[in-house]
Amino acid sequence: MSGVPLAWYLILSAVLFSLGIAGFLFRKSVITIFMSIELMLNAVNLSFVAFSYQLKQVNGHIFTFFVMVVAAAEAAVGLAIILTVFKNRSTLNVDELNSMKN
Amino acid sequence: MDVILFLIFAIIAVVCAVNVVVQTHPISSAISLIGVMASLAVLYLLLGAEFIAMAQIIVYAGAVMVLFVFVIMLLNAGAESKRGRSLMAQLLGMPLLIAFLALASYFIQRLYPTGAIVHFGVFQGGSAQSVGMALFTTYLLPFEVTSVLILIGIVGAVVLARKELP
Repeated sequence: MSGVPLAWYLILSAVLFSLGIAGFLFRKSVITIFMSIELMLNAVNLSFVAFSYQLKQVNGHIFTFFVMVVAAAEAAVGLAIILTVFKNRSTLNVDELNSMKN
Repeated sequence: MDVILFLIFAIIAVVCAVNVVVQTHPISSAISLIGVMASLAVLYLLLGAEFIAMAQIIVYAGAVMVLFVFVIMLLNAGAESKRGRSLMAQLLGMPLLIAFLALASYFIQRLYPTGAIVHFGVFQGGSAQSVGMALFTTYLLPFEVTSVLILIGIVGAVVLARKELP
């Protein structure tokens, strides 16, 4: 029975995290930037679960659970903020949302 | 069998994640993100995390992404314009990102050279029973604090999204 090296899971996690950073840096729509944050949280969850397997402990699963809960709360509040900003400024482009700049 | 399943779903996850970043329309990004989350759920199952895999499908792919799609539909968000972000992000971002990925992969390979192999079914501690046992004994206080956090999230979302009072 052949198995998968643990390093592959961790490297997949690093790749997904880097793609999340790339989306965060290079995209302009607020919603897409928010989705990139969710992608990074998912990547971190994968490495938590992989380490939990390696150490044969359930603690990593608990942390993943908490990350999921925080991500759900964050999505609710963040999307409400995006709705309010769109109602006031009628744009989703982060380059135009610069009223705190001056 | 493990290797085949891992490779299939890892490739799906990476392709969907690239799609999240390169698609210009937000709804395409959202659908791709659902693909990433579903394939990650299969990888959790391969790692023996049954409860987390189901929670991933229900909470992430179900609840959070439905919220995203609702907001995208509500705001009628179209494709974003082609003009790039600031020059600094364009010039410095990509090389630093590749350097970060290369360093992370190098150190992961150094940490776990060959010995650590994942076999499906070896780790049995990811069932709902063991997760619930740890959650309601060792981690009881953080769990209760989490429920308060969710309550604050609900109230915050309602306050932010309500109509302005006259």
